[in-house]
Amino acid sequence: MSFLSLTDADREAMLAAVGVSTVDDLFRDIPASVRLGRELDLEPALSEPEIVAHLTELAGRNVDTGQELSFLGAGIYDHYVPAVVDAILARGEFLTAYTPYQPEMSQGILQAIFEYQTAICELTGMDVSNASGYDGTTVAADACFVAKHVTGRDRVVLCETLNPQVRQVVKTYAPGFGLEVVEVPHRGGVTDADELREASVDAACVIFQQPNFFGCLEPAPDLAAAAGEAGALPVAHVDLVSLGVLEAPGAYGCALAIGEGQSAGNYQSYGGPHYGFVAARSELIRRMPGRIVGETTDLRGERGYVLTLQTREQHIRREKATSNITTNQTLLALAGLVHLSWLGPQGLREQGETCMALAEYAKDRLGLPPVFPDRTTFKEFAVRVGRSAKEVIREARAQGVHPGYALGRDYEGLDDTILVAVTETRTPADIDRLAAVLGEVAR
Amino acid sequence: MAAEESYPEDLRYHPEHDWARVEGDLATLGITWYAQEALGEIVHYEPPEEGSSLAKDESYGEVESVKAVSDVVSPLSGEVVEVNAKVVEEPETVNDDPYGEGWLVRVRLTDAAEVDELLDVAAYRKLLEQ
Amino acid sequence: MKLIFERSRPGRRAGSLPRYELPKAEVPEELRRRTPPRLPELSEPELVRHFTALADRNFGVDTGFYPLGSCTMKHNPRVNERVVGLPGFRDLHPYQEEEASQGALELMWRLQEILAEICGLDAVSLQPAAGSQGELTGLMLMRAYFADRGEAEQRRVVITADTAHGTNPASVAMAGFELQKVETDDRGNLDLDDLRAKVDERTAGLMLTNPSTLGLFDEHIEEVAAIFHDAGALLYYDGANLNAVCGISRPGDMGFDIVHINLHKTFSQPHGGGGPGGGPIAVRDVLEPFLPVPAVVRDGEAFRLDFDRPQSIGKVRGFCGPFGVFVRSYAYIRAYGPGLREMSEVAVLNANYLLARLKDVYELPFERLCMHEFVLSARNLKREHGISALDVAKRLMDHGFHPPTIYFPLVVPEALMIEPTETEPKETLDAFADAMRAIAAEAASDPQAIKDAPHRRPVRRLDEVKAAKRAIVKFGFDEHPDLAREPSAGAAIEAQKGA
Repeated sequence: MSFLSLTDADREAMLAAVGVSTVDDLFRDIPASVRLGRELDLEPALSEPEIVAHLTELAGRNVDTGQELSFLGAGIYDHYVPAVVDAILARGEFLTAYTPYQPEMSQGILQAIFEYQTAICELTGMDVSNASGYDGTTVAADACFVAKHVTGRDRVVLCETLNPQVRQVVKTYAPGFGLEVVEVPHRGGVTDADELREASVDAACVIFQQPNFFGCLEPAPDLAAAAGEAGALPVAHVDLVSLGVLEAPGAYGCALAIGEGQSAGNYQSYGGPHYGFVAARSELIRRMPGRIVGETTDLRGERGYVLTLQTREQHIRREKATSNITTNQTLLALAGLVHLSWLGPQGLREQGETCMALAEYAKDRLGLPPVFPDRTTFKEFAVRVGRSAKEVIREARAQGVHPGYALGRDYEGLDDTILVAVTETRTPADIDRLAAVLGEVAR
Repeated sequence: MAAEESYPEDLRYHPEHDWARVEGDLATLGITWYAQEALGEIVHYEPPEEGSSLAKDESYGEVESVKAVSDVVSPLSGEVVEVNAKVVEEPETVNDDPYGEGWLVRVRLTDAAEVDELLDVAAYRKLLEQ
Repeated sequence: MKLIFERSRPGRRAGSLPRYELPKAEVPEELRRRTPPRLPELSEPELVRHFTALADRNFGVDTGFYPLGSCTMKHNPRVNERVVGLPGFRDLHPYQEEEASQGALELMWRLQEILAEICGLDAVSLQPAAGSQGELTGLMLMRAYFADRGEAEQRRVVITADTAHGTNPASVAMAGFELQKVETDDRGNLDLDDLRAKVDERTAGLMLTNPSTLGLFDEHIEEVAAIFHDAGALLYYDGANLNAVCGISRPGDMGFDIVHINLHKTFSQPHGGGGPGGGPIAVRDVLEPFLPVPAVVRDGEAFRLDFDRPQSIGKVRGFCGPFGVFVRSYAYIRAYGPGLREMSEVAVLNANYLLARLKDVYELPFERLCMHEFVLSARNLKREHGISALDVAKRLMDHGFHPPTIYFPLVVPEALMIEPTETEPKETLDAFADAMRAIAAEAASDPQAIKDAPHRRPVRRLDEVKAAKRAIVKFGFDEHPDLAREPSAGAAIEAQKGA
C-alpha cells in the first residue's frame, strides 16, 4: 500500500519535463559508493486491513486499564478524557497543520494556543505561559536553564520528592548546561523548609513538586519562601487537575510553574506523547523557552494572533537561543485546553474534590499502614504491604487488579510499599474490590 | 520613520557597529545607522544597570527587533552613569535618531587611551564597504 | 472571532463527572485555592462550535498543498489514527508490568530494527521527543564518547554548515560545545578547503544534513567523512531531509556515526499544529553503550526494558519516548515495506518537476538537479519590482496554497524553499507552478495587489512589530487591552521564518 498520487503517465510526462529518462537519473549526484544497491531489508508491504490486523494483535498483548482494574499513577494517570477531545483532535485542520509560522494560514491554531496559554496562567497564577514543552521532565531542565541565565548561578536544588524521572532528566541535561545538581532528602514524606533554605544558598533555582511524588501535600508556600530567602528562583512542579482545590504557585511566590499536562486531556498511551507546561512571572518573559503566541491586529485593525518574541527561539538567535525546542506538543496542549474548557472552574474543583474523597475512602477501606502518617494527600498515597511490593503486585494482578506503583524502584527502604492512585474513574465498588484483593495478598 | 544613512564626523566607531561620543572623561554610546537598519524596527532594549561596569569589546545589553536580537558591544571601558530611559520606553527611537535621542548609555571612562583604538568615520565607512 | 473566554457565561458547563456520597476531604487552609481559575464556562454545543470555528480558520495538509521546505508535509494516513486509538495502546500505563506490555515493547523493538536498517547503523533509541531533542541527545553521546576516551577537555568544537537548520547551533550551545561554521561552495557542497583548515584535534564532530537545506546532495560526502574520521572526530546526521534518500543511500554508509530521524517528517506522524513529533537516534555500535536508558531489548521470544546501562548518558525524556508517535510511524513503514524507496524516488521526482516548471521565472542559486526540495530566490522580483519572498508567500495564500519556507537557508537572499513531498498529484504541482508564475507576472503589472496580500484569508497581513512590542500573551479578562485602538505598523516587517 502506498500513499502516492502519480500515475505512470504522470511520471513519464514529468521525467520528460525534467529532461531525464529514468527516475534513477535524478540521483546521479549520489556517488555509487554510497548507494545502497539492494532492497531495504524490511518485511513486505501490508494492505490496510493487514496493518489493522497486525497492530490489533500487538495491542492485544498489552493489558490496558480496560482489562484490569488499575490504581497505577506515579506521574501518569487514568483520568477521564471527554469525547469532545477526540472529536476536536480529529479535525484535519488541526491534526495536519504545521507550526503556525504563516499566521494568516493558521489563526485557528494560534488562537487556540493563546487560549491555552491563558488557561495555564489562570491555573498557575502566572503571567506568561509558553505553547507547551515536550513533557513534565524536560520542562524541569528548561526551568533550570532559565534560572541559570537569570541569576547567573550554576547550582540547582531538587527535592527528593520530585518525580524520579524528572530528576534524572535534569541530571542528564545538567553537564551540558554547566549546572551542578543538589538533592534535598524528604523528611517523613515531605520536604523541610529549613533544610531547603540551607541547601539553596548559591542556587539558581529550587524545584519542588506539589502534590509530591508520594502524593503528599508539601508545605509549598514555606518552600517557596525558603528558596526566595536564599536568592534562588522557586519553581513548583504541579498537577493541573489539582489546581481547582490547591493554591496556584503564583499566589505563594513562585517564579515558575511547570509540570506534566497529561492529566488534563491526554490518554496514558504508554507514556506519550503528552505535553509539558512552563509558566512564569512577567519579568521572565524574554527568558521563556519555546513558542509564545501574542495578540496583534492586521492591516484593517482586526484582531489576530502570531508567534511572537521569536527572537528567543532557535531559528533566529541560533547559538544564543533560550532553548533548541522547535516541534513541541501543540496538539496535546490543544487537548488539554478542550478538556479544561469542558470541565470549567466548577468541574475542575469537583474533580479534585472527588479524587481526594475517593483516595480517603481507599485509605480507610484498605486499612494498610500509611508510609507517611499524618500527611495530607491528594489523589495518591503510599501504604506498607508487609512484604515485597513486587510480589504483592504480581499476586494482585493474577486476580485482575493492579494495586499501584512499587516505590522501592526509586527509594531506599521502601521495597514493601505501594503508591496507590485513585482518580474519578475509580468507583467506591472498585476500591472495595482493591481492598478485598489486598486483604488477601498483603500483610 | 527611520533616519537617513549617516555616520557623523565627531563620533568614534567600533567594528561591531557601535559608536561613542567622547566629552572629557564621559562618553555617550549607541548603535550605528547600519546596525539599526539591519535589525529593523527595534521593539525592546535590555539595558545594563546604572553603576555597573562596562568592558571594551564586551556586550553590555541587547536590542531586539522582530527578526533578531543583537548584543550591544561597548567600544570603551567605564562605569554606567546613565541609561536612556526614553529608549527603554520607546525602543524605536533608536531607528529614528540613532546618534541623538537614540543613545543607549552614558559612561565615565576608566581608560581614556582606548579611544585611540576606535575607528574614525573614514575607517568605519571603509569597513562597511567590505 | 471571539476568544473562548469571551463566549464564556457564568454558570454554564459542559462536563459531568460521577459524584459519590463520601465525606469531603479537606485541604489544609494554607494550601487551599482561594480564587477559582477563570476557565471557560460553556455548554458542550458551544464548545464544539468554538473549536469548529477555529478549525475553519486553519489550513492543514488535509486542506491543501503545503510545500514547506525541510518539513516534509506529506499526507498523514488515517489508518494510523485508527491503530493508535486501539485501547491496548491508548489505555496502557507506562509503568504496567513488562509481561503485560509485550505488544508495546515488541512494536518499539521492531521500529528500532527498521530504523537501524534504513540508516545503515547498529543501535537505536526512540526516546527523544523531537528532532531537536534528538540532536541534543546525539551531541551528549558525542561528549560521553570522548569522555570515555579521555578526550573530553580536548574535543570542544562542533562544526555545522552555514546552511544549517537553526536548531543545530542552538543544540550545540545547549550541549556545552563551541560552534564553528564551514562554508558552502558554489556547487552547494561543503567547501573542502575551508573544512580542512578548520578540522583538527579540537574537533568533536560535524553536524550536517544530506541532502542539505539547499536540497542538494553533497558530492564529496565520503571525503568529508574521511576528514573528520581521520582527525578522530564523529559525524552527526540531521535527518530532516531523510525523505530524499530512503532505500537509496543510507547515512551510515555515507559515513555518519549518529543520525536523528524526524518521525513527524519522514514517517508521517501528523504535525499537529506544532507537535507532537518524535526524534529517535540511530548510532554506530561504538556509541551504543551511551544511549539513553532504558533500552528496549529482545530476550529470546520476549521483550523487555534494560535499565542496566552504566555508561548511558541518562534520560532525555520520560519513559520510552512518545509511544503514540511510534505506533503511527511503525504502521506507516509497514504499509510501504521495502517500497519506501519509491516514496523517496517520487519525492525527488515531484521536486525536480516543480523546479523545472519554475526555474525560468525565479532565480536558481545552484545549477544542479535537486533532491526532495529546492531553493529559489525571489531576488529578481525584489530588484525589479520591490516584491520580496515574503510578499510572494502572502500572495500564494490567495491562490489557496500554503506558502513554502521563506528566508531560509540564510545563504540565499529572498529564499523560497519548496518541498512538495511524494504524496502530491501532478495537477497540484502544476496549479502551484501556475500560481507562482502568475505572481511573478503580477509583480510587474500590479505589485500593490501582492504587497497587500493576503486578501482571502480570515485575517489580512498581521502586525508582528506590534505583537512583539505589546507582548500580550494571554487574555486579560476585564483588563484586556484593545489593540485595535493602537496604530498598525503599516507594511508588515519582513521577519525571518524558520523551517
